[in-house]
Amino acid sequence: MKAIIVGAGEVGTLIGRSLSQRNDVIVVDVDDHRIEEIKYELDVLTRVGDGTSGEVLEEVGVGDADLLIASTDDDKTNLVACGAAKTIGDPFTIARVRHATFKRTWDRTQRAFDVDFMVCSDLQTAETIVNVIGLPAAIDVDPFAGGLVHMAEFNVSAESPITGEVVADVDHFDSLTFAAVFRDEEMILPRGDTRIKGGDHVVVIGSPQSVQGFAQDIEPDKTPGSADDIVIVGGGEIGYHTARILEDRGFSPRLLETDERRARQLAEDLPGTLVMQHEPTDAEFLEREHVHEADILISTLDADEKNMLVSLLAKRIGTDRVISIVDHGSYVQLFEEIGIDVAINPRIVTAEEITRFTHTDVAVNVAVLENDQAEVLELEVSEGARLVGRTIRDIDRSIDADVVFGAITRDGTFIAPRGETVIEAHDHIIVLVEPSFVDQLMAMA
Amino acid sequence: MTRRVDLRATGSFLGTVIKYVSFAMLIPLVVAVIYWEDVWVFLLTILITVSIGIGLERLDDDPAMGPAEALLLVTISWIAVSMIGAIPYLLATYGTGSSLAHPINALFESTSGFTTTGATVMNDIGTDRYSHALLIWRQLTQWLGGMGIIVLMVAILPELGVNGAQLVRTEAPGPVFQKLTPRIAQTARVLWLVYVAFTILLIVLLTILHHLGLAPNMHLFNAVAHGFTTLPTGGYSPEADSIAAFSAPAQWTIIPFMLIAGTNFALFWYLLSGDVRSLFEDPEFRAYIGLIGLLTATLAIVLYHGAADSDAVEWGRVAEGALNDSLREAAFQIGSIMNSTGYATSDFAAWDTHAQMIVLFAMFIGGSAGSTGGGIKVIRWLIVLKAARRELTQAARPEIVQPVRLGNAVIDEAVVRGILGFTLLYVVIFGFATIFFALDGMQVGYDLTVIEAMSASIATLGNIGPGFGRLGPFGSYLEFPVETKVVMIFLMWIGRLEIVPVLAVFTGAFWRSS
Repeated sequence: MKAIIVGAGEVGTLIGRSLSQRNDVIVVDVDDHRIEEIKYELDVLTRVGDGTSGEVLEEVGVGDADLLIASTDDDKTNLVACGAAKTIGDPFTIARVRHATFKRTWDRTQRAFDVDFMVCSDLQTAETIVNVIGLPAAIDVDPFAGGLVHMAEFNVSAESPITGEVVADVDHFDSLTFAAVFRDEEMILPRGDTRIKGGDHVVVIGSPQSVQGFAQDIEPDKTPGSADDIVIVGGGEIGYHTARILEDRGFSPRLLETDERRARQLAEDLPGTLVMQHEPTDAEFLEREHVHEADILISTLDADEKNMLVSLLAKRIGTDRVISIVDHGSYVQLFEEIGIDVAINPRIVTAEEITRFTHTDVAVNVAVLENDQAEVLELEVSEGARLVGRTIRDIDRSIDADVVFGAITRDGTFIAPRGETVIEAHDHIIVLVEPSFVDQLMAMA
Repeated sequence: MTRRVDLRATGSFLGTVIKYVSFAMLIPLVVAVIYWEDVWVFLLTILITVSIGIGLERLDDDPAMGPAEALLLVTISWIAVSMIGAIPYLLATYGTGSSLAHPINALFESTSGFTTTGATVMNDIGTDRYSHALLIWRQLTQWLGGMGIIVLMVAILPELGVNGAQLVRTEAPGPVFQKLTPRIAQTARVLWLVYVAFTILLIVLLTILHHLGLAPNMHLFNAVAHGFTTLPTGGYSPEADSIAAFSAPAQWTIIPFMLIAGTNFALFWYLLSGDVRSLFEDPEFRAYIGLIGLLTATLAIVLYHGAADSDAVEWGRVAEGALNDSLREAAFQIGSIMNSTGYATSDFAAWDTHAQMIVLFAMFIGGSAGSTGGGIKVIRWLIVLKAARRELTQAARPEIVQPVRLGNAVIDEAVVRGILGFTLLYVVIFGFATIFFALDGMQVGYDLTVIEAMSASIATLGNIGPGFGRLGPFGSYLEFPVETKVVMIFLMWIGRLEIVPVLAVFTGAFWRSS
């Protein structure tokens, strides 16, 4: 595979390192010093130039490239680079953006701006934080339909309260579908009387809140519940998205922000979060707000030294778990060495997400489960497709393959699929399907 | 010192408003011709008012309107139109010995009409004493004032369209004005259309009831007359016995229309566009309906236990234990008083005190924003209560940032401040007026009880109409001394325009640019 990376910053370098092991990689950047360094750091071809210019892209051979990754620090540059690439050839384009507004626009059609896949670093970081703290028992968590639907795979331990129960007794959520159980490398499609055993991997698809609730059932001790006290320090974009996603999952976090106007804006946008305006490095204030009794503190301030100070303060007064953002990738280890439980670097998170996606090698939002025994994919049902107007029971009967309808979103709202649910045009359906049937199913939608 | 308000332009626009309002007198003129009574009264009035209107229009050939002129125009228009509206009363009753022959009484009756208050100083109301034409004019003033004279002007006059939003915002009740369409004239037309549609529907329903024999007194004249005063939450009736003169089915028919009149008309527009959710998810509508239900239920229980079962209750006496009557009288009185209509089917001024307290409480609530109802309004109370709760939270933990929310919407801090200011002004003015009425009455030997003085104040400021004691729903404001009536005219005026625009015109900052 031939891949072009526009932008040789931290993210581009990380992706380049990972991709260059198996592919032909060409890195383009305007900064000739950086390009000079890359030449020796990575086993790639380099080119100094503007990745948004058609001439430069043509010269590096975008016409026959399979992949273009735009990973500069500037959102618009990345979008333009993808657009420019599509005018010359037809590589699969991946853009990195910081601002969630671009991502939300892109999510509407998942084609906008000539971008085939978009990773929003702030959003991705927030999701990673929430998954780290919210779903410790999950092996894999993937958002679908712009975050309205989550697919999660859990490892059920022998000590879990749900071990030995049948699915019908465990499934007390309105908007949760038990999609699959993997036992001894074998996939079982669960029915009401399927008994869950220790060591099973259970795959569920549903609303973020019900997935969170189910995680609570599996590991009540490790998974935070809605009563748990979560404090977010810093109301930047990452802090905001973290609070928002936590709200979606049924938590009521506290959010500390110093700037008055920003605090007001956050309070308006986050109805389920208690926003407080105060300097977070004030130890007396943290004491007064009983931060030492908080279960989790997440530090998302804009400078590493501030994050470190707040995290250390919190650890010292006795907060259970402390998670911090680290802006410089090289400090991640240092943060963890001084006792901060989890240190997360947004660039590494972004690079990992992009790399993960290049490995799946398909043009749809998809999660691959258990060495490709099954795939979960999101399909938009087109006008006049064979699925339109039929009930799910009817479709199930007519298909001779393992297919589970996990969730449906219609006009941005979640619908829990039942036997009598009728599929309409423009519905997004999230289905678990065996790999051999993927192409046929896509043809039906 | 330079003046920053263009008086000539304002005067010219005022002339246009007066000219068009006098065209509305064609309706009573037609009635006058049909019954062949007082024809000359309306012919002469139209002649006078059109001349005044055209004369004023000449002040400025090409008037331009800015925000200051808009504010002044709306404020002045209402008192000017009330004066114009008083002319037929004066002409028709001159030398008849009617109370309306006194200019202040005539102006009171007219202001009470246009502001949809419904307080009356007319003695011996009825068609044997006054012409049908005069009585229908009295009803019509309320109908014109209900949805707003200026809103009507914006709807029909393209030249007002440019600054129409400013005009409509000043006149429309409620803390924030909601544009429904990109063009303000379109919005004004939509509002009037919904208003006209409901009016016609009520008239048709009442007429059908009459023809079915279920409402003997509700002949066409009465049906039209009450159609004109129900939707604007007015309360005038050509019958001396108000709605008590009509059968129970007629009363039940009017109740839902009073509730509609107190609802935000924008919601009906959404409903017509097929958006049912907006109506039922609107926090103010839910609170409004909830309050109506709660107060009606409470009052019905009180009436069921005999609160309106004494000889003093001449109209609409409710026998102890009469479930149906208790329910009807409770629903009607709450439906009428809370949104400031002022119709009555029972003499609540003669009820037991605890039942009167429920009615007094309802007077302080008011209708919804964007309705034709007066008073403080449900949305303001909701926001005042939420802002108060926030104060308590922040007293305990000052770092908490908590916007005031209504449903999913965040209320802007400037709006919250405006609402707190308005509510405070409202209560202060109510208090001072109460004291003034009591003192002024005492001076001429017209002694008021505390509840009478309070109700006189809230009933005029809130554009409700009836109060307690001698101001009860079957009583009259006639006996008040002249200066009290002048103050009441002022209260009705500022109450209809929601205080702030009128008082703003009285500030020095409004007139000076430096």
